[in-house]
Amino acid sequence: MSGARVTIRVKRAFGRAVEGEAVVSEEGFSPRYDLDRWSGVITKPGHRLEGVNIRDKILFFPTAKGGIAAGWAFHDIKTKGIAPRALVFGVTNPVMVQGAVFAGMTITEGWSRDPRACIRTGDTVRVDPAARTIELVKRG
Amino acid sequence: MLRGSRGEPVRRALELQLEVGKFYGARRFVPVTNVHMMGDIEVMGDGGLAHLRRLEGAGARCEVAVTTNARCFDFAHVERLGQDPGEAAKERELIGCLRRMNIATTDTCINYQTVYQPHFGERLAWGDTGTVIWANSVCGARSNFESGPAAMAAGMTGRVPEYGFQLDRHRRGTFVVEVATGLDDLAEWGALGKLVGESHQSYFAVPVFTGVRRAPTADELKHLGTSLASYGSMAMYHMVGVTPEATTLKAALGGSRPSGRMRITRADIERVFRSYRNPDGSCNFVVFSGPQLSLLEMRRLAQLFEGRRVHAGTTVFATTGNGVISQARALGYAQALEAAGVTILEGVCVYILQNLSHMRAANCWTNMISNSAKIVNTITAHKFNTILRRTEDCVEIACSGVYR
Repeated sequence: MSGARVTIRVKRAFGRAVEGEAVVSEEGFSPRYDLDRWSGVITKPGHRLEGVNIRDKILFFPTAKGGIAAGWAFHDIKTKGIAPRALVFGVTNPVMVQGAVFAGMTITEGWSRDPRACIRTGDTVRVDPAARTIELVKRG
Repeated sequence: MLRGSRGEPVRRALELQLEVGKFYGARRFVPVTNVHMMGDIEVMGDGGLAHLRRLEGAGARCEVAVTTNARCFDFAHVERLGQDPGEAAKERELIGCLRRMNIATTDTCINYQTVYQPHFGERLAWGDTGTVIWANSVCGARSNFESGPAAMAAGMTGRVPEYGFQLDRHRRGTFVVEVATGLDDLAEWGALGKLVGESHQSYFAVPVFTGVRRAPTADELKHLGTSLASYGSMAMYHMVGVTPEATTLKAALGGSRPSGRMRITRADIERVFRSYRNPDGSCNFVVFSGPQLSLLEMRRLAQLFEGRRVHAGTTVFATTGNGVISQARALGYAQALEAAGVTILEGVCVYILQNLSHMRAANCWTNMISNSAKIVNTITAHKFNTILRRTEDCVEIACSGVYR
């Protein structure tokens, strides 16, 4: 890998700074449509992340999908111990934001460069809402 | 309120709203006159129920009129559906908590057809995406997607942060959709929503429909809106000559340039219906739900099922709220449906039923066939293969047992 630092600036952010393993998705996300909220595995047939467990991951999604359920769902999966550490969205909707704030989960929206071009699933990344940055810490 | 003068629940509710407002750069709060919230045990889980108990224990009480969305149990059918009695007991407790907090548990996702019709410009905090897109588009009222905890917070504080669709600038159309075909069945309106929503997934995308050939009915707009919200995460659309902020295309765009244009033809709609696969050829699960049915949808179904019988081994669900069922019974529609073998479920929506994945496996339901484009999308987390069909085709499949 090159020695150049990879930093993405985000437009909006909430939560505490977290570090963890990245999962970069080509497809949007809804905790109601795509996720088995008992196992933490994405189960929607044909989803680009089908079979992936989201527990403790830092999830990159280009978009949020409909569904009002995220408001309670993030709190629910956090209580069950299967929540991701952060949600990084290209474009999100208020449900995701309300749900993340309610659950005390880090969330960001908007990115200065597309993570699909510079972050790979398995890399370790750090999300810092106060600085509004995401940094690549280590290649996976 | 932030100092706790109205109690801890209100202080925490306002704190949540402040953080969400900050995220979106809201500059102030605005008062709301009506709240519609989602809250059931399937989506809230034990953690959510514990949260409700704490709130109730701390004396939380909603001051604004709050109603609730469809839930995951029809208590009359728990056993037959093989649902968990322990979870059903939690759902009863949850409903009790909500009622003691001054929340009217209406259990419907079509509050706009049955409970409350907001006026132009009215500020709301509504949950269920289908209710929001209806309020913004058809009524010209103003609401963001307010999920369970956010809507409940609004019920307690009587206000919401002013961002998104509370603001003029986000209500302008952002792209134009020319509807170059007539649309008849509800499923065709849903297919239109799928085509437009899937290709423009964004909360802040606002399609402007032009060229619609006849005045749509309320149920047609309902299926269009719920589909747009489901596939596109959209909260508003305009329809020139139909919706109140779209007297003309220019008015709908509000002076801004559309980011794009798309044209929907008959061939596009037909392609949607042809796109579904049925790997094992089975068709033993047909659903009329998500959104709940209006009285007029119940009437149409009763007419289509009249004198017929659901095929042996096939299950047909129709879901709606208590008010619609009561009227449907008074008018004989409910009896006609039941005589044909249709199961009417009250206060629920099929895709949020507790224990649905197990129900699917236990009943060998590989495919779910429906005339609702929304539920065809939303139920897939439960590993159904889903198929959108027109209403008459759904009835034909249900009664003949033959896939078409």
